[in-house]
Amino acid sequence: MKQENIRNFCIIAHIDHGKSTLADRIIEKTGLLTSREMQEQVLDNMDLERERGITIKAQTVRTVYKAKDGQEYIFNLIDTPGHVDFNYEVSRALAACDGAILVVDAAQGIEAQTLANVYLALDHDLDVFPVINKIDLPSAEPQRVIDEIEDVIGIEAQDAPQISAKNGINIDEVLEQIVAKIPAPKGDPEAPLAALIFDSLYDAYKGVIVFCRIKEGTVRKGTKIRMMATGAVEEVVEVGYFGAGQFIPCDELSAGMVGYITASIKNVADTRVGDTITDNQRPCDKPLPGYKKVNPMVYCGLYPADGAKYQDLREALEKLQLNDASLQFEPETSVALGFGFRCGFLGLLHLEVIQERLEREYNLDLVTTAPGVVYKVHKTNGEVIELTNPTNMPDPSEIAYMEEPMVSAEIMVTTEYVGSIMKLCQERRGVYNGMEYIEQTRALLKYDLPLNEIIYDFFDALKSRSRGYASFDYEMKGYEKSNLCKLDILINKEEVDALSFIVFAGSAEERGRKMCEKLKAEIPRQLFEIPIQAAIGSRVIARETVKALRKDVLAKCYGGDISRKKKLLEKQKEGKKRMRQIGNVEIPQKAFMSVLKLDEE
Amino acid sequence: MKNKKELGIYIHIPFCVHKCVYCDFLSFPASQERQKSYIDALLGEIERTASSMSDKLEKYVVTTVFFGGGTPTCIRPELIAGIMEKLRQCFDFSRQPEISIECNPGTLTEEKAKIYRECGFNRISIGLQTVNDGLLRMLKRIHTFAQFEESFALARAAGFENINIDVMSALPGQHLIDYTQGLEKVVSFSPEHISAYSLIVEEGTPLCAHPEEFPAPASEDEEREMYYATDEILKSAGYSRYEISNYSKPGFECRHNTGYWERREYLGFGIGAASLFENVRIKNISDIERYINAAGKMSVAETEEKLTLTDCMEEFMFLGLRMMSGVDCERFRECFGVEMPDVYGGPIEKNIKNKLLEEKISRESGRVTGYRLTDRGIDISNSVMADFIL
Repeated sequence: MKQENIRNFCIIAHIDHGKSTLADRIIEKTGLLTSREMQEQVLDNMDLERERGITIKAQTVRTVYKAKDGQEYIFNLIDTPGHVDFNYEVSRALAACDGAILVVDAAQGIEAQTLANVYLALDHDLDVFPVINKIDLPSAEPQRVIDEIEDVIGIEAQDAPQISAKNGINIDEVLEQIVAKIPAPKGDPEAPLAALIFDSLYDAYKGVIVFCRIKEGTVRKGTKIRMMATGAVEEVVEVGYFGAGQFIPCDELSAGMVGYITASIKNVADTRVGDTITDNQRPCDKPLPGYKKVNPMVYCGLYPADGAKYQDLREALEKLQLNDASLQFEPETSVALGFGFRCGFLGLLHLEVIQERLEREYNLDLVTTAPGVVYKVHKTNGEVIELTNPTNMPDPSEIAYMEEPMVSAEIMVTTEYVGSIMKLCQERRGVYNGMEYIEQTRALLKYDLPLNEIIYDFFDALKSRSRGYASFDYEMKGYEKSNLCKLDILINKEEVDALSFIVFAGSAEERGRKMCEKLKAEIPRQLFEIPIQAAIGSRVIARETVKALRKDVLAKCYGGDISRKKKLLEKQKEGKKRMRQIGNVEIPQKAFMSVLKLDEE
Repeated sequence: MKNKKELGIYIHIPFCVHKCVYCDFLSFPASQERQKSYIDALLGEIERTASSMSDKLEKYVVTTVFFGGGTPTCIRPELIAGIMEKLRQCFDFSRQPEISIECNPGTLTEEKAKIYRECGFNRISIGLQTVNDGLLRMLKRIHTFAQFEESFALARAAGFENINIDVMSALPGQHLIDYTQGLEKVVSFSPEHISAYSLIVEEGTPLCAHPEEFPAPASEDEEREMYYATDEILKSAGYSRYEISNYSKPGFECRHNTGYWERREYLGFGIGAASLFENVRIKNISDIERYINAAGKMSVAETEEKLTLTDCMEEFMFLGLRMMSGVDCERFRECFGVEMPDVYGGPIEKNIKNKLLEEKISRESGRVTGYRLTDRGIDISNSVMADFIL
C-alpha cells in the first residue's frame, strides 16, 4: 500500500465523551469485523478497563476503509490511555500518529482533559479535527460546542461531524474526514531504520511484542535491530500489523506504517516506550526526539494479607511487570505487616489498577499502606536521599531540608463552584496561578499543587465540591523545598510502622487528628481499651480511644436458631481473619488505607 | 430395648393473639378454621414422618416434648390434646418425657390447664417478660401483670410443679432498678425455672424499624449491669444459671432445651420447625398455605443440611459453651474420636490467656475435664465462640 493511502491517527477526548465507542464504530464500519463479532468496546480489552470505562493499556488496530473516492485506505487507529497517570504514554502514542480526532460531548462541551489532550496533540504537530458526539442527547447543544471549540481551542469546527457513536449516527462522515483531513505519513523506506516504540506487551510464546511506528526505513524478519536508549540488540523474528484483537504477520514494515515486531525479547524493560529502534548494521544518526525514562511518582507498600503468600505476590508482580515497565517493586519488611514490597506507580490510578489486578487475576488478598510520593531529603552531611518509604526518614537532626514534587494543575469548573474549588486548592497548599474564563459560565483555574496533596482524595473532593462538574488535569513541575515531617501512629502505645506518613508540618496536627478519628472508627472494640495516638517524634499531637468491648452475646439460641447462629459466627471468624495482629490489638486490613479518605465533607 | 437413643420433639404453633413489637418468631393471628386446618396438616406431617422413618424410630425413645410458638395456649385445647394423642401413637413415650407448653398470660384458663395436664403436660412456660404494666403496653403484650398472677395461680392449681417464667431485660425505657425490683417480684412466685433474656432488637420487627417510637434502649453498660444483677438476685434465691439466659432450681433445668445445646437429636413439626436427626439439620418451609397443602403428602423441608464432621465439632463447641457446665473433653472424644485440644488447642489457649475461658478440673483426678466460659467470657461469648469455627 502506498503511503498516500495510509492514515495514522488517534482519538482524543475527555473521559466519558465517547472515545472508545467511536473507535468501535470505526472498526465496525470499516468492515474487517462484522457487527456480530464486535465485543462491546473492542479496544478496551481488560475487564477492569471495561468496568471503569477507561483505557489503561493502549490498543492499536489496523482496518481497511473503502472511501467514496473508490480507493482503499489503511487506517491505523492508535488508542491512547485516558488518564493523567499515563501522560507520557499518551505523548508517545501521539508521536506515532499524523493526526487526531477530537471527540467532544455535545452536552458537556470542552473539559479540562479535552484541552490538555488537544494541546498535547498540537505540540506533536498533529492535524486535529473535531467530532461532536452524543448529538442525540436531549441536552445536546452542538452549535454551542462548535463555537466553543473555535473560541477556546482555535480550530475550525463548523463542518465537524455531528454524530452519535453509541447509536451509529453519521459515522460515515467521520471516516471521510479521516481520509480528507488527516495527512498521509511521510518518510523514506530506503533510509536507515528509525521506528518509535509506543507500547509493548509480553506474550508467553513470542516474548515481548513491540508496537512501533516506522518513521524512516524498513524492517523485516532477520533485521538485526538495536534499541537506541537501552542498547539491547536482537534479531527480528516476525513483523506484522494489528487485526482487531489479533496479530497478523506480514513481510515487512516500511516508513509510514504502524505495526509490531517480535525478536525473542525477554524483558519489556528493554523496549521502553519512546525509545527508537534502528538497524544495528545501518543505524540512523540520532534517535527520534522525546524519549525519557518514566519514573514512578507514587509509592506504597503491598503486603500479602496471608504472610505465607509472599512468594505468590512476588511472582504476580513479576508477571505484571513483564507488561508494565513502569511498575517497580523491591522487597521491604514492616514490623506490623511482615514481608512485602515497596512498589512504585505512575499515579494513584495506576496503583489501584495494579492492586485490583493482583487481587482479581492472581487471587491475592492484599494489605496496602498509604501511598506517598518521592521526597528528596537533603542531609546535613550533603547527602541527598530519595525517600519512598516514610520509615526510612532520617532523624530530623540529620536533615538540612526536604523537597517535595509539585504539579501544575488545570481545573475547569462552572463559575458557581469557583469559590469552593479555590478553597479546596488552598487547603491543599495550592499556589494560585491565574484563572481564564472559557465562556461566561466556565473558568479554567491554574494552580501549582504539591503532588502529595492530590494523590489521596483530591479528585473525589473536587468532584464532591463541584457536584461532579469540575474536571482536572496536571503535569509534573519539579521539586520544591517544603517543611515536612513524619507523623507516626501509635496503637495501644505501639508504633505501627505501616501507618507512618510524611506530611506538611502545617497540616500535621489536623491530619493526625483526622487519622486518629478514622482509625477509631475502623478498629473494632476489643477486650481492653485501646489508645490511638498520632505523634511527631515523641510529641503526641492527637489521641482517641477505642473503648473496651462490653457485650457481644446472643441471648437466645434454640433448635431453630442454630444454623443462623453458626453463620453469624462464621462471619465473625471471617472478619477476624481480615485482621492484623499488632501487639495485642487486632487491626482490620482496610485501616491501613484509611489515611486515603480523610476529606469527607 | 434398653439402649434406646433419646429424642426430642418440637411442635410449632404459629398463632398468637397479635404480634409483640420485638417478636421475630414465625407467628401471627389466624381464624379458628385456619388454626384447625393447620393442626390437621401438622398431624399429617407427624404421621408421614413417623411412618417413613419407622425402622429408625424403633431405636429412639422420646425424652422431651416442647410446644412453642406463637402462643400454643391461644388455640383450642382439644387441638393440643389431639397432637399429643398423635405423638403417643407414633413415638415411644414410655420413659415419662418432659412435656412443656409455652403460654401467654391471659390465654390460660382453668379448663385449658386441666386438659393440658390430662394429656400429659408436666411443664409450663409463662411469657411474662416484665411486671411493669406500662412496659407491657409499650411492647404490645396482650396482658397485664395481674393476668399473669392469675395464670400462674391457675397453672399451680392444675398441678404444674415445673413452671418457667420468661422475663426480659434491656427493654426500651427500662432502668436497672425497675428491672431488679421486677425480678424480685417474679422470684416471690417461686417458679422452678426462670429464663431471663436481654432484648435483641431483631431485623424486621417494629422495634427495629421505628426506634424513634420507643424510649431509648438500655446502654451496653446498663444491659450488662442488669445481666449481673440477674445472676446475683437469682443465686441468692436458690437458682443457678445453667445457660447464658437460663436459671433453675436444682434439678429443674429444661431438659428439652439442654438437648439443643448438647446436640441431642430432635424432630420439629410445623412451619419453620427445625430438626436434627442423624447429623442432618432440616428446616421446614415457613409458608403456612404451602404447608397446609403439602404436609402429610410430601416433604415439607425447605432446607436439608448434611453436617460434616467439622460442622459437628463446631456446633459441639459453640452450643456447649452456652452452658455453664461447658464442653466436656471426654464427650468430645466419644463423639469425634479425637482429642479436643488436638483440634482446638490454639483457640483454647488464647481464650484462657485472655481470661475468657477457664479449665474444668476433676476433683478426684485433678485433671482437666473440659472448658467453660468465665463471666467475662459470657459477656463477649460470640467472639470466643467464633474462635471455635474451623
